[in-house]
Amino acid sequence: MPYRLDINGTIRKVDVPPDMPLLWVLRDELGLVGTKFGCGKGLCGACTVHVNGAAQRSCQLTVGSIGYAKIHTIEHIGETALGARLQQAWLEIDVMQCGYCQAGQIMSACALLAQTAQPSTAQINSAMAGNLCRCGCYNRIRSAIRIAAGIEEETGRVA
Amino acid sequence: MSHEARVAALDRRTVLKASLLAGGGLALDALIPLPAKVLDTETASPVPAALSAFVSVAADGTVTIVSKNPEIGQGVKTSLSMMVADELDCDWSQVRIAQAEVDEKRYGEQSAGGSTATPKNWLPMRQTGAAARAMLVQAAALRWQVDARELTTAKGRIFHRATGRSLGYGEVASAAARLTPPDLSTVPLKEPAQFTIIGHPVVGIDSARILKGEPIFGVDTRLPGLLYAVYEVAPAHGGRLVKADIESAKLSLGVKHVVPIIGNGDANTGLADGVAIVASNWWLANQARSRLRVDWDVSAAKDHSSSVYRAKADAAIAAGAGTELRLDGDPAAKLASAPKRISARYDYPFIAHAPMEPQNCTARYRDGRLEVWAPSQLPQQGLATLHKTLGIAPDAVTLHLTRAGGGFGRRLMNDYMVQVAAIAKAVPGVPIQLVWSREDDIRRDYFRPGGWHRFEAGIGTNGELIAFTDHFVTFGDGKTPARAAGFNPAMPPAGLIQHLKYSQSMMPTVVTTGPLRAPGSNALCFASQGFLDEVAVAAGTDLPRLMLALLGEPREVPAPDDRPAFDTGRARGVIEKVMQTSSWTQKPAQPGRAKGFAFYFSHRGYFAEVVEAGVSGGEVTVHRVWVAADVGSQIVNPLGADNQVRGAVIDGLAQALTGQAIEFIDGVVQQSNFDDFPLARIPMTPEIEIAWVKSDKPPTGLGEPALPPVIPALTNAVFAATGTRIRSLPIRLAST
Repeated sequence: MPYRLDINGTIRKVDVPPDMPLLWVLRDELGLVGTKFGCGKGLCGACTVHVNGAAQRSCQLTVGSIGYAKIHTIEHIGETALGARLQQAWLEIDVMQCGYCQAGQIMSACALLAQTAQPSTAQINSAMAGNLCRCGCYNRIRSAIRIAAGIEEETGRVA
Repeated sequence: MSHEARVAALDRRTVLKASLLAGGGLALDALIPLPAKVLDTETASPVPAALSAFVSVAADGTVTIVSKNPEIGQGVKTSLSMMVADELDCDWSQVRIAQAEVDEKRYGEQSAGGSTATPKNWLPMRQTGAAARAMLVQAAALRWQVDARELTTAKGRIFHRATGRSLGYGEVASAAARLTPPDLSTVPLKEPAQFTIIGHPVVGIDSARILKGEPIFGVDTRLPGLLYAVYEVAPAHGGRLVKADIESAKLSLGVKHVVPIIGNGDANTGLADGVAIVASNWWLANQARSRLRVDWDVSAAKDHSSSVYRAKADAAIAAGAGTELRLDGDPAAKLASAPKRISARYDYPFIAHAPMEPQNCTARYRDGRLEVWAPSQLPQQGLATLHKTLGIAPDAVTLHLTRAGGGFGRRLMNDYMVQVAAIAKAVPGVPIQLVWSREDDIRRDYFRPGGWHRFEAGIGTNGELIAFTDHFVTFGDGKTPARAAGFNPAMPPAGLIQHLKYSQSMMPTVVTTGPLRAPGSNALCFASQGFLDEVAVAAGTDLPRLMLALLGEPREVPAPDDRPAFDTGRARGVIEKVMQTSSWTQKPAQPGRAKGFAFYFSHRGYFAEVVEAGVSGGEVTVHRVWVAADVGSQIVNPLGADNQVRGAVIDGLAQALTGQAIEFIDGVVQQSNFDDFPLARIPMTPEIEIAWVKSDKPPTGLGEPALPPVIPALTNAVFAATGTRIRSLPIRLAST
């Protein structure tokens, strides 16, 4: 099936079956490999993208269901003011270890701050609970979100 | 002889080669033999012990450091380069880091395992940087016709204070390349106070690229004409392929090739039988798996079930002693005569590594040559396995190392590399990327093996530990334990009391096992520190005080099997430190909360940890964790070091709390993905406070040693909070 997808502000044409998840369209058809495969079941969040601004798991989103929705991926997020602020905060305290999950973490954090400019710890935990980090960088993920949001740390910044 | 002295003694055999860089500049290549003692007995090295460092200074002053080891998130690509750059005395902004290809002749050992990179590289990397600096200084001295001793350096520039002259490294780099390199053992090194990069927080060299989604991981490898593959293996471990009907799968959308592959029947040492499906898109390849009709012979896996393993362990423990691993004094007599005697059984399950980047590898076979792009912790072992299994000689292979999305020991195995090579060989000329599904990854792991212990302790009238025994039941062929299923005869309290016995029984398994972060220690620490907490309670004291009493005067306790000696003074230092930082003697004010303690020495690191946990309605919540660590005189990159410790703590908590357990029925793994093999998630993350205890010993690694103590510190906290002793992992409390 031919599809015209609005990805990162550009119309991209692909010819794939309607039930192919967006993740595999991005990675294997369009070469946008920043969006990561982790579980294929919506359990880990590594494949998180924005669909009309909302964080969604691209491994659970079939290409046939996308229609005219605007898709944004990690490759584009630095073009937005909020995305650039998050990337800068992530770098400032070097959140990552292996880094594989971090694209998904940034996409989820970006969707959180777009909705809730000054999230509480409970709101951060809730919004980020779907994103696994096997290396366990969770303390720094919380801190980086607070830095990007301009929230003072309660107990001082990590490291 | 001290570590430093041993390294220095070998320096005379160092090959240091200077050459002119293409386009002008200094290239310095150092091949440095390593003393065997620096190697980790916990992760035996598969290749000769040698280390290479490569640094170059271009005419524009750019410093390029070749990073030879795999980067798996442990931060070596950054931290080893920091060692070179600091002694070179350049500015970190001048530094570029290039990932080395796999080339044993050029780079010596290239591996990520056993927390060995820091201890192995600390001196050689610094010496190489210092040698390059000395040559640049010498070249400047010749140009200015002054004594080199009158020159100083800073941030990549050379200064002659007397005349106010200065120049950049790049200006004399080509001239330096024509000089004879200095003797590495005599080249002066900085005093720690002079470090400008080491000991300062440095952001990971790849972090900015990763945050932009740039292709950097193995699974991001893209080549013209790339096709994607899955590899269907038997449902049960040890299964063999009998017959494959591939016609229907071949007709599946996007599928280009379907290739049955007969391996050597042993996934432990090469290649498991399977059927490869190659398609234009990975999802299409994976979809086609359901159309395969394969007959597998899984008879070898019959009764390889968790319930059977448990029953065999019960029988082995009931039968008594097992094979003796260590006998000190006369523990049997001392137990018999002890005023107080306690015993308990402990066990823990098989668990999976589950790195976030699923196993994958990319390969192209063309004109008898194989080119591979691999996230691997032990790539040189991969070359050897390719040779043995597929007959492809190492000199016919070009092996590129990619960044790995986590390792944790899983990528010490190169099964996926051999699989993709077999597929590529069957479809020559076409680049193939093999990607495992998460289900493949969970089911075909090289699991941390489960184990069972029966401990017994004799306690004296003054609460002193008189005798200690542990009968360990593990997996193996009766003679040799399965991979990563061995015991550590130096496990405390060995060497600290007079009467002690360790023994072992084995049962066979068809399941593949392997090292998981802090192999051995991640399980032995839980069992032994848990039981020692019971000893402490029975003796009327607490575990940190019992440990301090056992440690006695500061001294080195030698360990068997070429393991590193145990320094009781360093152990005391971290125990006393964490008692202080955690306010150990103060009980938490909140009802239902308590603290637990544990100590362990693994991978040369001394770690004491305290967990404050609360239990409510059968749910355990970890509120705070205090870590005191002694990994020597210097933290190389504080930003990375702190992260490794936090990650290890959270990893250990996940093993205990989230329900991680891999179970088998007739060799078939019952878990499959993150729903039934859960990892830690952000809401359970506690506050973690780390205190570094500096000692005058050379720095050692941090990938592993912070993990083991957090598990018994947690289970001991649960006991303190509830009176329920956790003797089996994962923690499962009744909900009332």
